[in-house]
Amino acid sequence: MPKKKLVIGWFTFTCSEDNTILFVELLNQHYFEWKELIEFRHCKILKSQNEMGPFDVAFVEGAISTKREEENLLKLRKISKKLVAVGACACTGMPAGQRNSFSPEMLEKIKPFLAAHQLRDKIVPLRSVVKVDDSLPGCPMVPNQFLGLIDRYMSEFGVK
Amino acid sequence: MHAEDFDINIDSMSKIEGHAALDLKVRKGEVIDVKLRIFENRRFFEMGIRGKSYAAVPQIVSRICGTCSAAHLMGSIKCIENALGIQPTDQTTVLRDLTLNGVNIRDHAMHLFLFVLPDLFGKDSILQFADSGYEHDLIHKALEIKQAGNLLSTEVAGRAVHPPFPAVGQFLHVPQKEKCEMLVKELKAIRESAIEFVHLFAEKDFVFELPDIDFIASVNDSYSYLGSGICTHSKGFCIPEHGFERFFKETVVPYSQSTGFSFQGTPYMVGALARMNINCTRLHRDTRKTLTEDNLFPSFNIYHNNLAQAIEIVHCIDSSIELLERSDFKQEPVQKIEPRESEGVGVIEAPRGTLFYHANLDKTGNLSYANLVIPTAQNQVLMEKAIGSMVQKRITEDKTKEQIQREVETLIRAFDPCMSCATHFLKVKWK
Repeated sequence: MPKKKLVIGWFTFTCSEDNTILFVELLNQHYFEWKELIEFRHCKILKSQNEMGPFDVAFVEGAISTKREEENLLKLRKISKKLVAVGACACTGMPAGQRNSFSPEMLEKIKPFLAAHQLRDKIVPLRSVVKVDDSLPGCPMVPNQFLGLIDRYMSEFGVK
Repeated sequence: MHAEDFDINIDSMSKIEGHAALDLKVRKGEVIDVKLRIFENRRFFEMGIRGKSYAAVPQIVSRICGTCSAAHLMGSIKCIENALGIQPTDQTTVLRDLTLNGVNIRDHAMHLFLFVLPDLFGKDSILQFADSGYEHDLIHKALEIKQAGNLLSTEVAGRAVHPPFPAVGQFLHVPQKEKCEMLVKELKAIRESAIEFVHLFAEKDFVFELPDIDFIASVNDSYSYLGSGICTHSKGFCIPEHGFERFFKETVVPYSQSTGFSFQGTPYMVGALARMNINCTRLHRDTRKTLTEDNLFPSFNIYHNNLAQAIEIVHCIDSSIELLERSDFKQEPVQKIEPRESEGVGVIEAPRGTLFYHANLDKTGNLSYANLVIPTAQNQVLMEKAIGSMVQKRITEDKTKEQIQREVETLIRAFDPCMSCATHFLKVKWK
């Protein structure tokens, strides 16, 4: 019987993708170990042929700034046993949501653009849309917290 | 395939930084429409930094992009220092050079080894590389190079992503001697592997030439990424950093969240290929002694952007070894900065090309205006032109739609676009 792997998806919404870059940097030292223990079922930074779940864990970076992102996050929640908010934008909505605190004059200037690209009036963190199981705050996240969480999920899902 | 109708629609590109899509139409064998849509959602940084103190701005704009964060730090710092008449010390300049060398090693390695290498081996992902033998060794070496870049950034600048030590007028922390020695050892250890990858990219990469384009880079005598004059390849002249906006024309791309640019009406490319085409004779002397591939430049083969990045990794290793070996870093006194109403421009070379910052400060040192011109936005017009030309050429070579679609993605990856950077702002008139 093939060994059970932790099935993960990595997703990004509105953000600088700094946590994705940090995740890619963590591969420098963990790639060969994780290749044996993790199935990267959806990870666009690593592969083109991705599958939309189901996932043991979905790691989600970025805040929600459009209706489409909101719908995709809701879908993701349904197909993921655990959903993790990764980084400051996912956890708090900031700094991606800096326009939430723009003055009325500044908001007036960006209004046509918000309408043209179907952007939400307010940018929100993940927890405003779905239940979040774990959070990795920071801009970017703290690498050891991510590694600790991966280990915890490995135990929880019977991978090691 | 000659007279067929077909569409290529890529909803969401993979193995690039950020989110982009492509719609391409071919009718009766002719490419009639190419739309590269960058749909990374805008975060309005240019407005967000309005009213913020000059001291806070670099760490804010660093958040435009994870992978290019150190480049945004350096561009904004240089811009503010030029506005306030601050001259960084020689030591600070060396530390900034080392920071950008680290970023270039790490960032080029991510692009070349995670995104491009699978294309060269006809695979979807490095995850499909064999678990032993040549392919396994290749991935092992690739990750070691990437890790060395990460380590250089971390030890010198405090972190590989959003590094905390670079600041206006100073470097907040200096690396200790034993750390410098450790870095030299690590860089020397990966040098042979980096050279091996240069040979591999020279031998295995694809060919698509686009002869009627220009290249632009901010260059200097030491091939430092801190920039200087802005030079063109075909027109053969350089312009000063200040006043750069007069030469660049913005192009609104209505279906994209990014803005395109042309230089005196000509589409142009920025990035490693542009730097090599304009300035490869200034690579580090050890790099030039070791490699012969720099003879392939100037080149109009877009895929040579990959080879240029591989060569730049070796240059960054050699340049960093020299800077670390000859330096004895000491904590320097903090420069006194007096805010005043002023205007500044800062131009540097980010991994993906020339990055322009233009800002005005008010008398308290708060930002009253900012304009950022980003490498991927500058390349957007040319990327569409290159995709259209390549598809047209492959149709005449009787390639299948599947082969063409695969190469479209490979060609876009060769430009190494960064969508997070391209959509940072909304152009507005400021009072």
